[in-house]
Amino acid sequence: MAVTQTVEQPASRRIVIEPVTRVEGHGKVTILLDEQDRVKQARLHIVEFRGFERYIRGRPYWEAPVLVQRLCGICPVSHHLAAAKAMDQIVGVDTLPPTAEKMRRLMHYGQMLQSHALHFFHLVSPDLLFGFDADPAVRNIIGVARKFPDLAVQGVMLRKYGQEIIKATAGKKIHGTGAIPGGINKNLSVEERDGFLKDLDQIFTWARDALKIARDYSMDHLKELADFGSFDSNHLSLIRADGAMDLYHGGLRAIDAKGKRIFDHVDYRHYLNYIAEEVKPWSYMKFPFIKALGPEKGWYRVGPLARLNTADFIDTPEAEAARQEFMTLTKGKPNNITMAYHWARMIELLHSVEKIRDLLHDPDLQGTDLVARGERRPVGIGLIEAPRGTLFHHYEVDDNDQIVRCNLIVSTTNNNMPMNRAVEKVARDFLEKVEITEGLLNRIEVAIRAYDPCLSCATHAMGRMPLEVEIVGADGRLRARGGKGVEIR
Amino acid sequence: MSEETVSITIDGVEIEATPGQTILQAADAAGIYIPRLCAHPELEAFGACRVCTVKVNGRPQAACTTPVAKGMMVENDTSELLEYRRSLIEMLFVEGNHFCMFCERSGNCELQALAYRFGITAPRHDYQYPVRTLDGSHPEVFIDRNRCILCGRCVRASRDVDGKHVFDFVGRGHEKRIWIDAEARLADTPLKGEDRAVSVCPVGAILRKGTAYRDPIGRRAYDHRPIGSDIEACRPAEKKG
Repeated sequence: MAVTQTVEQPASRRIVIEPVTRVEGHGKVTILLDEQDRVKQARLHIVEFRGFERYIRGRPYWEAPVLVQRLCGICPVSHHLAAAKAMDQIVGVDTLPPTAEKMRRLMHYGQMLQSHALHFFHLVSPDLLFGFDADPAVRNIIGVARKFPDLAVQGVMLRKYGQEIIKATAGKKIHGTGAIPGGINKNLSVEERDGFLKDLDQIFTWARDALKIARDYSMDHLKELADFGSFDSNHLSLIRADGAMDLYHGGLRAIDAKGKRIFDHVDYRHYLNYIAEEVKPWSYMKFPFIKALGPEKGWYRVGPLARLNTADFIDTPEAEAARQEFMTLTKGKPNNITMAYHWARMIELLHSVEKIRDLLHDPDLQGTDLVARGERRPVGIGLIEAPRGTLFHHYEVDDNDQIVRCNLIVSTTNNNMPMNRAVEKVARDFLEKVEITEGLLNRIEVAIRAYDPCLSCATHAMGRMPLEVEIVGADGRLRARGGKGVEIR
Repeated sequence: MSEETVSITIDGVEIEATPGQTILQAADAAGIYIPRLCAHPELEAFGACRVCTVKVNGRPQAACTTPVAKGMMVENDTSELLEYRRSLIEMLFVEGNHFCMFCERSGNCELQALAYRFGITAPRHDYQYPVRTLDGSHPEVFIDRNRCILCGRCVRASRDVDGKHVFDFVGRGHEKRIWIDAEARLADTPLKGEDRAVSVCPVGAILRKGTAYRDPIGRRAYDHRPIGSDIEACRPAEKKG
């Protein structure tokens, strides 16, 4: 339940929301006011710290894919695979055996399916089905299960299918060991394959239905959503050599809000020439930006919306048809609507199911050539399109096979400035007096949630994701404080 | 009873043993599992870990070092001894830095497997978090001393099987640790990756490079059957149950 209060400090101006619910991690928002009590800036503080980059030092490099995935219990496969891709380079492998790459891709699409399903059905659907202002006691997954039981079950079953694919490829549904430097440790048995094929038609039906819900909701509420927490931004993702969306591998493409290419097909091993991170004193989460544009203009969005915007096309027919319809909305130009993330996410969910189908029919998955080896190298950089966006893993390994340096830029970190902008936009539009209303709290949460942030990952920290909001006046003093209890993670 | 054998009783079951056998060897041959860590069938008995402690005619003895004698009454699977062994295993966990969740020996580790067999979900003692060193200098072998349980298998295997004496104990009491026959680096010893000293390590302390996580989850030694079940499977049908 929401708890709001006005702090008895008449001369001060400050607002706090706590806690943000139904996102992964822990966050706090401060709204800074100007002399006229108008919103000057909003800050999403991430106040957790975990230190994976530090304590991975000294560990043998082959442990990284298994160790670092412990950052997260929601999409550990992303970290597992990004680290494994980095370790492929460490062991001197640029091209994996087909069975290894396809098994990893299958694992990744399984994860994309389960993570997107979790977010849409469990975390977001209460907002869409009941409205942003509905009673929080109803506006949660239990409320969805009561009023829309079929939908709740579909969410669970879609997620289960993805998790079972992860288990078949990584050995466990959470924190498996499938990807090893230079390859994979198992193939897919015919029995496993046939088990998945048996349920595929049903999964397709549910995935199409989920896309339809997201699409219809977006179109039906376009007027109110178009401007909600929205702003122009750059977009960044990996892209396949032919311009297709590729969630597992590719070069880096960045475009501006109008669709102009900032850079394209950049070998991600040179990412440091293109991307830098800014540190701000009020958050443990860094602020990445495109170097050429500087921190003020170089920040960008990642994730489903960015990927839809950067891709020239999607290489599976149903998702491509959905992409074309999605892009029609903005006449082929990049879509900068924050709430369009949900629609884009469900297009990716269907794409993942199509990819899973294609892979299941590929006999390479039953191959036995699983691992390649090459000349040892000192540096390994692995990028992947995680459910929440581009994920960077960068390691340096010494002659004793021990990691001496590690840098992680996780998806949510890339979306740090966009989330701040989304909160700021909502605060400008919905803060009427210097007080935190239920409506404001809800809308700030809805805007943040569109990015499906995993704040635990972003600071490499663990914990729950309550949201605190504070309003701070021009003189730096607290004016109001509000927040919410934890609902569902 | 044949003339070459003696008869002993383990938990009320009479078994035949060959003179010269230890209680552990006799029990293994009869399909009775006595938990152990430092004992290894190819290595000389050492009696270090005490996990195989049984009661012989009422007195605690290490089953791996005690020879059989006619008419011995051995207690093995009793609540008192199980609790005793359980405590020993728990102490091994807190004395080192054992992070099973990312250890490459997970699923193939005898210490972890014993913990599962004994139903240990968390130790009752405080973790000591000792500061231990790693040695990655060797091209084929990696040492992570965080996970060493001082079973001495590597010491015996290197000396008696490999004929090299690469490993030995240094220090005493709480400071005791495994060290190598070189100034500082494993690379400076004659150790080879295929040496028995490497493969006998029951935990993730001495690791063959290039083998990590090669066994998929589900196909590791203890994924489906508890440690000791291979021995118990050899128990003659009439003595089962």
